[in-house]
Amino acid sequence: MTQTHSDYRLSQLDQLEAESIHIFREVAAEFEKPVLMFSGGKDSIVMMRLAEKAFYPAKIPFPVLQVDTGYDFPEVLATRDNWVDRLGVKLIVASVEQAIKDGIVIDDGKTSRNRLQIGTLLNAIEENGFTAAFGGGRRDEEKARAKERVYSHRDEFGQWDPKNQRPELWSLYNGRLHEGEHMRIFPISNWTELDIWDYIGREGIEIPSIYFSHRRRVFQRDGMLLSESEHNPLRDGEVAEERTVRFRTVGDLTLTGCVESTASTIPEIIEEVAVARVTERGATRGDDRFSEAAMEDRKKEGYF
Amino acid sequence: MSATNMDLLRFATAGSVDDGKSTLIGRLLLDSKSIFEDQLEAVEATSEAKGYDYTDLALLTDGLRSEREQGITIDVAYRYFATPNRKFIIADTPGHVQYTRNMVTGASTADLGLVLVDARQGLTEQSRRHAVILSLLRVPHLVLAVNKMDLVDFDQAVYEKIYAEFTQFATKLNVPDLEVIPISALQGDNVVTRSENMPWYSGPTLMHHLEHVHVASDRDLIDARFPVQYVIRPKSDEFHDYRGYAGQVAGGVLKPGDEVVVLPSGMTSKIAKIDLFDKEITEAFPPMSVTVHLEDDVDVSRGDMIARVKNAPVPSQDIDAMICWMTTTPLQPRQKLAIKHTTRTGRALVKDIQYRLDVNTLHRDQETKELGVNEIGRVTLRTTVPLLCDPYSRNRTTGSFILIDEATGVTVGAGMING
Repeated sequence: MTQTHSDYRLSQLDQLEAESIHIFREVAAEFEKPVLMFSGGKDSIVMMRLAEKAFYPAKIPFPVLQVDTGYDFPEVLATRDNWVDRLGVKLIVASVEQAIKDGIVIDDGKTSRNRLQIGTLLNAIEENGFTAAFGGGRRDEEKARAKERVYSHRDEFGQWDPKNQRPELWSLYNGRLHEGEHMRIFPISNWTELDIWDYIGREGIEIPSIYFSHRRRVFQRDGMLLSESEHNPLRDGEVAEERTVRFRTVGDLTLTGCVESTASTIPEIIEEVAVARVTERGATRGDDRFSEAAMEDRKKEGYF
Repeated sequence: MSATNMDLLRFATAGSVDDGKSTLIGRLLLDSKSIFEDQLEAVEATSEAKGYDYTDLALLTDGLRSEREQGITIDVAYRYFATPNRKFIIADTPGHVQYTRNMVTGASTADLGLVLVDARQGLTEQSRRHAVILSLLRVPHLVLAVNKMDLVDFDQAVYEKIYAEFTQFATKLNVPDLEVIPISALQGDNVVTRSENMPWYSGPTLMHHLEHVHVASDRDLIDARFPVQYVIRPKSDEFHDYRGYAGQVAGGVLKPGDEVVVLPSGMTSKIAKIDLFDKEITEAFPPMSVTVHLEDDVDVSRGDMIARVKNAPVPSQDIDAMICWMTTTPLQPRQKLAIKHTTRTGRALVKDIQYRLDVNTLHRDQETKELGVNEIGRVTLRTTVPLLCDPYSRNRTTGSFILIDEATGVTVGAGMING
């Protein structure tokens, strides 16, 4: 017997946790074949933690799906493996490389790996017959996401129709599907970036080391600091040098920039996030900067 | 700063662009430092490209391309900001007449409703409608923000007139807590900082009110209600005999040792223990998600409800409810629909439409034969499974349901049970 609440107050973080756990259980009860989309990033790690809590002491009753761009940070893959091993869940890796080889998506040299993930992901969902896919999207991230439902319906082509979303009231979620359709589920819709960090700090859970300050060889491109890598050959005029940096988001390493930072603990990161003046995506994600509607377009096609 | 001890306020805003709603939300976000430089720069660039001579803060909240093209908000958008002691979730709903369903959606989870009126216009049909919907959805706290006070020379008489008119109207509604605040969203008067232009106003600023309004007592902490969501059976060597009922507490306080009844079977038992992840806890209350263990091996599954022996809902298949209809094909008697209530799903037959409520005049039209899109009416249903429900006025979780079209799978109605 550990906790008492004489005034029956629940902190906002506990309320968010309770809401997310409710969503995980609802999906596990109502969908035939759910899957959790795990990128290894902080948001999907918080999802893993919430799923762990929702079903404890039973194992998470669905597998974990990762779309491997081939350009993932090795530190992220290591964290992914630790989580999967600790929780004893089944990991399915959908490889963009393999999808290119199989002709499922076409690498024309111009399309980013991030965009090629869409076809790879939709193919993996279809091949495995998944009816619900948990994603770590948050409504504070971006304008199109601010209007997305917790249960986000996708048609048989995996597309999102923003003008035709189902009303979502109280905590009553509607999971009805037709053959071939699936639902994207966003259990951490109401969390903000700061909430995610507070929760990681409170729970003391493992996240990839690249979120913390470290020395790395980086170079400038399109106003972003990118990591030097064999996948990211330097272009004319670009010079790599060692700096003290950390990443605010993790994704395809050819597109995910880092920021100069000395924040090496969760409280230091929280302090940095609390005073940040640029959104995490705006600062460090090349994929969202192409147009004001970039995210909306990718979402309609079936992006996370 | 840490969120560990912060609490949470969910509020819904209603009003149209003309009332200055977007400007107000923009100001709340700006003044609480919740807008980032790149978001502001993007909005400034778009405003400039469109030839505006001011930064259109509405662009911050209009998320979808079609909305930006049409210059109107067509869907509920959720916004977030925080002050040191409280996090806020705004359900920003469009004010246009055809989007009642969005307002009902936004209000369904709100602790507080914020209605904006233009001081020059006074109360309009739209502001009355917004207040009616918030009251129907039993949003416990209501704020009427009288905006654009700068355009009426901060005149106390204008504020007093709107105040009197609105409080008179509110006597017909269920509004347990009302605050009427004169503001200028554009200039910031009484939004975050106290207005020097309105020394006659002694009430709180909007932000002060949002930060301090007491919402913890809005929950029903008397009537224990635990809808079972999921049965946890690990089937592992370590937890061989573990059988826990997982769910989110919908009402009351549950404690180990409580004598409980499982509905609809009526079997009784005692709570053996309550788990929150890997810890045992001494009490569970709304909105905690926990796992309950019973002393006896009774048959419990998803859709059942655990309540106190002497305080349990009466299972009923005849449901009298206010329904907001949300699709273009009208609701008609004899229609069959799927119904979802707490964790229970069944089918419902529309027995009778008693009346349609005119949300502008509160007139009850008893001649009506159907409910059209965005209309609200009192309806009688017969369900295939008994619902374990309470009046919505008593409990917003066990008193609400959604109706689903079985052919399309779309959510077509929102119901609030009368009692």
